[in-house]
Amino acid sequence: MTRLVYLGNVSSLQLSEDRCSGCGMCTVVCPHTVMVLVDGRTVISDLDACMECGACARNCPEDAITVESGVGCAQAVINTALGRSSVTCCTITGESEEDTDGTPPVGSGSGCC
Amino acid sequence: MGDTQCTSSASCSGTETVSELGPSSAAEQPLPPSIIGTLDTPAGPVPQVSTTLSAADIFGMFRVRWGIRRMNYTVRPGLYAVGLPDRQSEILVTANYRMTFDLLRSALDGLDVWVLVLDTKGINVWCAAGKGTFGTDELVARIKDSRLASVTDRSRIILPQLGAPGVAAHRVKELSGFRVVYGPIEARDIAGFLAGNLRASPAMRVKSFPIRERAALIPMELVPSLKYAVLIGAALALLSGLFGRGTFTSDALHAGFTAAISLSLAVVAGAVLVPLLLPWLPGRAFSLKGFWTGTAAAAVLLALSSASGTTLTNLETASWVLLIPALSSFLGLNFTGSSTFTSLAGVRREMRIAVPLQAGALILGLAIWILALIFSRGGSL
Repeated sequence: MTRLVYLGNVSSLQLSEDRCSGCGMCTVVCPHTVMVLVDGRTVISDLDACMECGACARNCPEDAITVESGVGCAQAVINTALGRSSVTCCTITGESEEDTDGTPPVGSGSGCC
Repeated sequence: MGDTQCTSSASCSGTETVSELGPSSAAEQPLPPSIIGTLDTPAGPVPQVSTTLSAADIFGMFRVRWGIRRMNYTVRPGLYAVGLPDRQSEILVTANYRMTFDLLRSALDGLDVWVLVLDTKGINVWCAAGKGTFGTDELVARIKDSRLASVTDRSRIILPQLGAPGVAAHRVKELSGFRVVYGPIEARDIAGFLAGNLRASPAMRVKSFPIRERAALIPMELVPSLKYAVLIGAALALLSGLFGRGTFTSDALHAGFTAAISLSLAVVAGAVLVPLLLPWLPGRAFSLKGFWTGTAAAAVLLALSSASGTTLTNLETASWVLLIPALSSFLGLNFTGSSTFTSLAGVRREMRIAVPLQAGALILGLAIWILALIFSRGGSL
């Protein structure tokens, strides 16, 4: 089947190679094979396939990955622009503070249903 | 798993106000009707569920696919048994959207496993993970609440890979002692995953978006767009009836009929053809894909009007030739929310360009439609 790819050169995904331990967890959770392990080191091999779901960043034990995660949903962008609350679902709730222990707060990222 | 896409357009538009909050507490949610027995465990009685889908289950899936009472199609969170699991059996974790639960159990025929259902407010795994309700905190709380440790000697739990945006595996280990193993994306691959020593093939880890999945999402695109189409068509018919040069009935019928044909073409182009033809429509932007199908639909309108020798004036035709691609392009853009590979950054970039163009075409098209109405009073054009 033709591989589906969305707009290129937009993903906010960043990998800090200094922090990366090469555990490979991000390569397991990524649904679009954006990252691969090469000689025990993680490499972003297909940035344009990234949909910013945030699975890699959330599961990185070293906090080596950052991504402005959110849902690629036009309706969510519209709802957010119109100031609809996140309770009525499908909004962008990415502007989140970090918890005190440094873990991303629950509810950050996408808000679609 | 299964219904993984955030089939957004209807639920996002705020039409289902109360139920969108989800059922209030876990215990108030219904037990699944698929229960066939009870297992006595150190954690108390655990319901045992069938791996067969009943006619009601299949009808339920069909119903929610059409967006009917979709937001409270839930099962009670907690621990369930499939087959006759023991202390060595694997533990699968899922969401409490009943379609998700049903698709999962129907893929577990012949297996003996525990299924831990999280309270995701009736939302599927992927979307709930994005929201954080299929998340670290809920998982850790549900492990404790269900007294999972008392029924198993295992220290690992298997999560669907698409739960990963909400769950930090290393935090779950710290907080609960259970090690998270991410299983395949699709429920249908679980049996192979379990049989293969918990190894997922590369294909099991990639979220594809095949035509059968895209087709299943069409009703959720179609229903809300048709609602708007009916409103717009009725408004245009009313305006024509009131301000046209003929009798109210003849003008309203003419405008209503034209609008019905044109809006149907736009909806088919944007809400049916874009999902179906997604990989083959030129361009990466969904609004562009919708523009192509909309342009084709506008061509169909031109062909229809010349073939049937209708009484469409040139201005009327011009207005619809602008409106159909604009509407189709917007509906195509909306399908980003149901797709499995669009990023927020990409959608924002696309919208900055597409939405002003769509709005411009819409305003111009409506202006020409009004002109057509005004000129119709002074004779033919």
